[in-house]
Amino acid sequence: MIKVLFFARVRDQVGCAELDIELPAGVSDVAGFTATVKAMGAAFEQALSEPNVLIAVNQEMANSQMTVEDGDEIAYFPPVTGG
Amino acid sequence: MNIRVEPQGFDVGAEYNLLRERSENSGAIVLFTGLVRDFNADGAIDGIILEHYPAMTQKTLQTIVQRALSKWQLDAVTIIHRVGKLLNHDQIVLVGVSARHREAAFDGASFIMDFLKTEAPFWKKEVTPQGDAQWVDAKVSDQRARERW
Repeated sequence: MIKVLFFARVRDQVGCAELDIELPAGVSDVAGFTATVKAMGAAFEQALSEPNVLIAVNQEMANSQMTVEDGDEIAYFPPVTGG
Repeated sequence: MNIRVEPQGFDVGAEYNLLRERSENSGAIVLFTGLVRDFNADGAIDGIILEHYPAMTQKTLQTIVQRALSKWQLDAVTIIHRVGKLLNHDQIVLVGVSARHREAAFDGASFIMDFLKTEAPFWKKEVTPQGDAQWVDAKVSDQRARERW
């Protein structure tokens, strides 16, 4: 199972903060997993297709080639604006 | 290092004294505080709401401090960042750095703020006087400020 988190504008767009998603057979990287989440509906497709969406795997910034394993926590969020 | 993410406000004087106690060999302390402005490009605002990704925030701030420590000889570092609902003119963030010499303290504090603003997972929402709230977009100028390091 993958714990998926959405923050800020991305959370508003998809309409939920957290989901548990089964890692599909054959999916082993961030790009593949993101395609799985996008396939869950139009809101997910739209929110995660924005060019500036950032992805973290286990609380570290990730790129699309990074490996995803069962038990990981994957977060999607917009560019940060603290400080 | 002392890193705190919390809803309540902080007392700059008290934080300065705590940092100074941890800086026996220092010759300089630099303290930066960030405040909530009462306007944005479109006009007046009525406070902000700050959200974050708790598990990642702490890790990211620690990594930023480690990077600063590898570049400058810093004696002690304090970072406090508030979350939740903040009012106009409230303090949002404090970065305090002590070092043997002032240049390292200035540069270390500046470096930590530039990376905090572009890497730490905080998001601001501005509340309008009508009560609507809008997410703040990231600024290109913040990205540029980070690239100078």
